[in-house]
Amino acid sequence: MPELLDLWISSLPRLLGATIRTTVPLSLISFAIALVIAVITALLRLYGPAPLKAVAWLYVWVFRGTPLVVQLFIVFFGLPNVGIVFSSFTAAVVTLALNTGAYASEAVRASLLSIPRGQFEAAQTLNLSRATTLRRVVAPQAFRIVLPPLTNDFIDLVKGTSLVFAITITDVFQVGRQIAAANYEPLIMYTLVALIYLVIVSLLSILQGVLERKVSVHVRSS
Amino acid sequence: MSAAADRPAAGRTAGAPLRLTGIRKTFGELVALDGVDLEVPRGTTTVLLGPSGSGKSTLLRCINLLETPDAGRIDLGDGPVDLGGILPRRTVRQVRSRSTMVFQQFNLFPHLTALGNVALAPVHARGLSRSAADELARGLLAKVGLAEKADAYPDRLSGGQQQRVAIARALAMDPDFLLFDEPTSALDPELAAEVVAVLADLAAEDRTLVVVTHSLAFARRVADRVVFLEDGRIVQDGSPQDFFESEDPRLRRFRDVVGSV
Ligand SMILES: Nc1ncnc2c1ncn2[C@@H]1O[C@H](COP(=O)(O)OP(=O)(O)OP(=O)(O)O)[C@@H](O)[C@H]1O
Ligand SMILES: [Mg+2]
Repeated sequence: MPELLDLWISSLPRLLGATIRTTVPLSLISFAIALVIAVITALLRLYGPAPLKAVAWLYVWVFRGTPLVVQLFIVFFGLPNVGIVFSSFTAAVVTLALNTGAYASEAVRASLLSIPRGQFEAAQTLNLSRATTLRRVVAPQAFRIVLPPLTNDFIDLVKGTSLVFAITITDVFQVGRQIAAANYEPLIMYTLVALIYLVIVSLLSILQGVLERKVSVHVRSS
Repeated sequence: MSAAADRPAAGRTAGAPLRLTGIRKTFGELVALDGVDLEVPRGTTTVLLGPSGSGKSTLLRCINLLETPDAGRIDLGDGPVDLGGILPRRTVRQVRSRSTMVFQQFNLFPHLTALGNVALAPVHARGLSRSAADELARGLLAKVGLAEKADAYPDRLSGGQQQRVAIARALAMDPDFLLFDEPTSALDPELAAEVVAVLADLAAEDRTLVVVTHSLAFARRVADRVVFLEDGRIVQDGSPQDFFESEDPRLRRFRDVVGSV
């Protein structure tokens, strides 16, 4: 047992370093961009003109229909062939944001569709503009509905970042692999890596709970 | 009653009537409104009656452009507006600004307090300052007897209270025409009575009300005029007395059926 503890303690700084320097920023930046993409895509699919609707649909279809790791390879190894070169970190952000944006747009779209028609009619009879209706009437109600599925997408994104080792990024999983290769303790190392993901995801779940309690006080689920 | 004081009754009665001409609305094969002409003078309460599916709601919604007619014109005093075809957004907003609808299901915004519900449109549609809108909203909530509920969210209010907030919210738009689609149908009788009392107050202030209802008692008590629809057409348009005394078999049948429930 003391050896186990020693191993954990000696490798923890490197693992946490990679978590803080790579996994966490990669997740946060990608998710922030994914959110913007998701809202725009959902709005286009619901209210956009026909050609943009089609573009939005196509985007979701492609990015939900293909594996994340293949997308990473196309963006990082493939696109340079047509002159588009990203650093590995940028390639990862672009791919993760587009991938998560596609999933999250469906959650956002569903939340917008769940707003009762009467809410839109009330906004109309009060002569609110479309933008005001979205901002003041729809968004606050949709946010409450979209929070759980959106948290799921965020969690998937955090775990999905473990694939970026495949495009040469040294994230927490890659560091775990390196240490395991050196000390021949894969079980211990990968369990430790798993625990780090578990902690991050747990923090997200707690955040979700806090936000949910904040926004759902006065909105009945009916 | 305080808000009535800031505009004399004469000011409300004055002004051009609402004129609808040749309003036609179809849903696929179904003809919901088949060339309706209607004039609503200022300061009157018009009650729309008719069997289920006769087009009462559709007619009311056409006035507020929640439904776009296939054909017809509306004149709100500044010239007739042709409603057939695609309307520019500006025209829609212009026509809409003259009337406000109160719905059967209230349709309050659940994430806003009573005050927030009433003050929202004054700020964002009428351009009032936040503080002016709040003051207006407090006054209107007091008018419907809910001054002390200003900070309550809709889920903490009874149905009757919610509908009174919805009425205050409509009044906050300061519309020339107030439209009500079965405002008490979702309410128990005691709660309906509070709402009817508010409507009667508004009618007594010489506001202009158009009310769809199934309540003959309401028509008898509050209406200046009863319009009876059937199959998307106006069958009878006259005083409540005309309506209740008409020997027309369609009206008699309707009175018998509705009066017996
Ligand atoms: N959005 C819609 N789509 C299709 N048909 C509709 C729609 N709205 C109304 N209708 C139809 O138009 C006709 C008139 O409906 P409307 O709601 O105006 O009747 P109503 O007189 O208000 O009836 P009720 O007393 O039951 O409320 C009905 O046959 C109804 O089914
Ligand atoms: Mg109706």
